[in-house]
Amino acid sequence: MSEIIKLSSPSDFESLREKIIKGRDPNRTAVAVCSGPGCLAYASGKVFKRFEEALSAAGLEGEVTLAQTGCHGFCERGPSVVILPDEICYLRVSPEDVNEIVETTLKNGAVVERLLYKGEDGLPIQKESDIPFYKYQQKVVFGDNKRIDPRSIEDYIARGGYTALVKAITTMTPEAVIAEVKDSGLRGRGGGGFPAGAKWEATAKPPADTRYVIVNADEGDPGAYMDRGILEGNPHSVIEGLMIGGYAIGANEGYIYVRQEYPLAIDNVLYALDVLRELGLLGENILGTGFSFDIIVHKGAGAFVSGESSALMSAIEGRVGEPRPKYIRTSISGLRGKPSCLNNVETWANVPLIINKGANWFKSIGTEGSKGTKIFSLVGNVKNTGLVEVPMGMTLRQIIFDIGGGIRDDKEFKAVQTGGPSGGVIPEEMLDLHVDYDELYSAGSMMGSGGMIVMDKDTCMVNVAKYFLEFLSDESCGKCVPCRDGIDQLLEVLRRMTAGTARPDDLDLIEDISVMMKECALCGLGQSAPNPVLSSIKYFKDEYVAHINDKSCPGGVCKALIAYTIDVEKCIGCGKCMKVCPVNAISGDKKKPHKVNNALCVKCDSCYQECPSKVQAVTKIRQADVITAFATSEEAANE
Amino acid sequence: MLGRLAAVDKIIEAHGSDREGLIQILLDIQREFRWLPKEILEHVSKRLDVPINYIYNLTTFYAHFSLVPKGRHSMHVCMGTACHVRGAERLLDRTSQVLGIKPGQTSRDEKFSLDTVNCLGACALGPVMIADDEYLSNPTLEDIRRKADSCE
Ligand SMILES: Cc1cc2nc3c(=O)[nH]c(=O)nc-3n(C[C@H](O)[C@H](O)[C@H](O)COP(=O)(O)O)c2cc1C
Ligand code: SF4
Ligand code: SF4
Ligand code: SF4
Ligand code: FES
Ligand code: FES
Repeated sequence: MSEIIKLSSPSDFESLREKIIKGRDPNRTAVAVCSGPGCLAYASGKVFKRFEEALSAAGLEGEVTLAQTGCHGFCERGPSVVILPDEICYLRVSPEDVNEIVETTLKNGAVVERLLYKGEDGLPIQKESDIPFYKYQQKVVFGDNKRIDPRSIEDYIARGGYTALVKAITTMTPEAVIAEVKDSGLRGRGGGGFPAGAKWEATAKPPADTRYVIVNADEGDPGAYMDRGILEGNPHSVIEGLMIGGYAIGANEGYIYVRQEYPLAIDNVLYALDVLRELGLLGENILGTGFSFDIIVHKGAGAFVSGESSALMSAIEGRVGEPRPKYIRTSISGLRGKPSCLNNVETWANVPLIINKGANWFKSIGTEGSKGTKIFSLVGNVKNTGLVEVPMGMTLRQIIFDIGGGIRDDKEFKAVQTGGPSGGVIPEEMLDLHVDYDELYSAGSMMGSGGMIVMDKDTCMVNVAKYFLEFLSDESCGKCVPCRDGIDQLLEVLRRMTAGTARPDDLDLIEDISVMMKECALCGLGQSAPNPVLSSIKYFKDEYVAHINDKSCPGGVCKALIAYTIDVEKCIGCGKCMKVCPVNAISGDKKKPHKVNNALCVKCDSCYQECPSKVQAVTKIRQADVITAFATSEEAANE
Repeated sequence: MLGRLAAVDKIIEAHGSDREGLIQILLDIQREFRWLPKEILEHVSKRLDVPINYIYNLTTFYAHFSLVPKGRHSMHVCMGTACHVRGAERLLDRTSQVLGIKPGQTSRDEKFSLDTVNCLGACALGPVMIADDEYLSNPTLEDIRRKADSCE
């Protein structure tokens, strides 16, 4: 803020808003350089610096706004630079491209074609919203990232920011706010999909002198980064939602629990809070309405289970973040024993929209039981990875193929994993499933927080199940036996399977242990821990059977069960495999078929990765067949 | 030693000596010293009037804390789901090969530490690692070597 004037009434706020909007030319050119985690990895920091230099060299600083923004979504193609107001979208921008962009686009109004997205017909697409990755999305929560400098409250206010808060605290009773959120059908975006309005009501009800509202930004689900995208890119949207919740529930203090691995999110939130306090939008008697509210940021020190509601509240109290039994609800006795309402980042970010546009607008998006949009982290073996926001009810096929562009390297699709370590896998036959809370649940998976990990045919489902159990074994707090021992027993069985020493009745054993855990574990972590295994048995039973009976790994992943060989018919003798082999297990003359010495091979997979995809001469066979396979290929080579 | 304790006192002052701030204090100490030395934890225990066992309980529960010295440069390889299906295991092998240490270890000269993490929040670029503050997306053996060589 240039000059801070403390706002002491709603009309002060309104004049500030008018002043900001009047001072803005909607046709002004703005350059939004993404500085989300993906683009930063691709050196977007340098791109930004170059823009600063180039703009000043061209004498354009006064005419062009330059901002480092949060994630635009299409991280795979980062660094992403969007030029407003025309939404010209440049992808994979390197620092060397910047001068040309300034010269061609900013000075002469033309586009740099080579930096545009090329459609399937090979023709460049200029406008961001015309690119297939963005075209099918509906960005209501996440769409403002490219239009907002996260450090500028003016940007947020110019987009309608804090009008929902002012509306709520000046024209609505707390009950009316809760009624609107209830009516909207908003469900929690962080895990179980519990109706937000009902939770607010339950927290507002018990008599208490103090109540708390809390943002869950622990984002512990591996493979998911939606919350980071929102907090880094549009921190005010979450803060405004939390304040509205505080007003509705009767809380004067809010907490934001954010993992320490997200330093930029923490900095942007702390910065935003400072500005709000200076403006008088946070603190005592906000805008003279009598509503007082402040927010404290608490950094999480890294424990998946601390994302669970009661555990998170313990962590804020400076204790070990372990869950406690659910018979005492946190809405009655939560943080410091007071009624507390915890919602996920994305849940809070939806609130200002609902207050401003109304429950009916919100309900017009989505399905019968799941309203609004959901942001997914579309990752794994899909071509277009990134953050996508779609209306509830879109099919998996649309998300993975129309938006995601299908499978990387044009391999075959195998499964998609949703719901993180509590969720499950969904097979190809179910790609037309309409994604919402209830459909995913009936398919044996979960919405979870929004991780969507796509897997191709080179993925082993038993290995993936084992991966999740290893994760959960590390992360279980060990407080209750069903979870602590159950996970380790399940893991033991899966280790046997991947090592080729499984017993015939192991599938039944998994079933028994799982039932026990679901019934007896104390918190969601243990109760849902069997899900990744059970869902993959449900849809990929033959793969489990192959591991158990045939000692083979159809996905070609489990090292103990596979061996590498080179198909002499296909090999063109390019020698690439030989070069990458770390143990010199491959031999062969130039342009002649090569071969693998299985006695030396450590199964690092490098040769398989390196062999040209058109040739695919490196093949994986059963370890049990090695001797014969080696002999046959040698015989063949001798012939 | 006295200098170190003065730095710790400064951190405690910033958070207040309420027991509730303990995790935040430990996070700042971890950031400052890259690990949590015993005498510092004892000092914190006295200043905040909490039993040392209570502190150890916290430091072993949360993954971010380390009770052994860490290298001057940290390499974290993501083992999250998105990275897992795109070859995190192989990236870890490559990094381990370049640094000559296994995950969880620190090199003898205290130059490098290699650790695994559950998710770095850059899942679109998997497999990813973070070398000090720099994210690297699926770096080759050569890329990792170059990065390691550039470290002082
Ligand atoms: C083991 C475990 C870990 C969890 N981690 C998170 C998390 O990282 N972020 C989150 O928003 N919710 C997490 N949850 C769900 C929370 O307990 C809680 O339901 C949620 O934050 C409520 O917000 P919502 O209703 O807006 O989704 C976790 C639950 C469990 C059992
Ligand atoms: S179910 Fe697991 S994580 Fe949850 S309290 Fe029990 S041991 Fe801890
Ligand atoms: S799998 Fe690895 S060790 Fe085995 S032959 Fe191929 S490159 Fe060599
Ligand atoms: S990389 Fe493939 S084609 Fe080339 S020598 Fe090796 S097996 Fe043959
Ligand atoms: S981080 Fe830049 S587009 Fe996602
Ligand atoms: S899974 Fe590796 S960064 Fe998220």
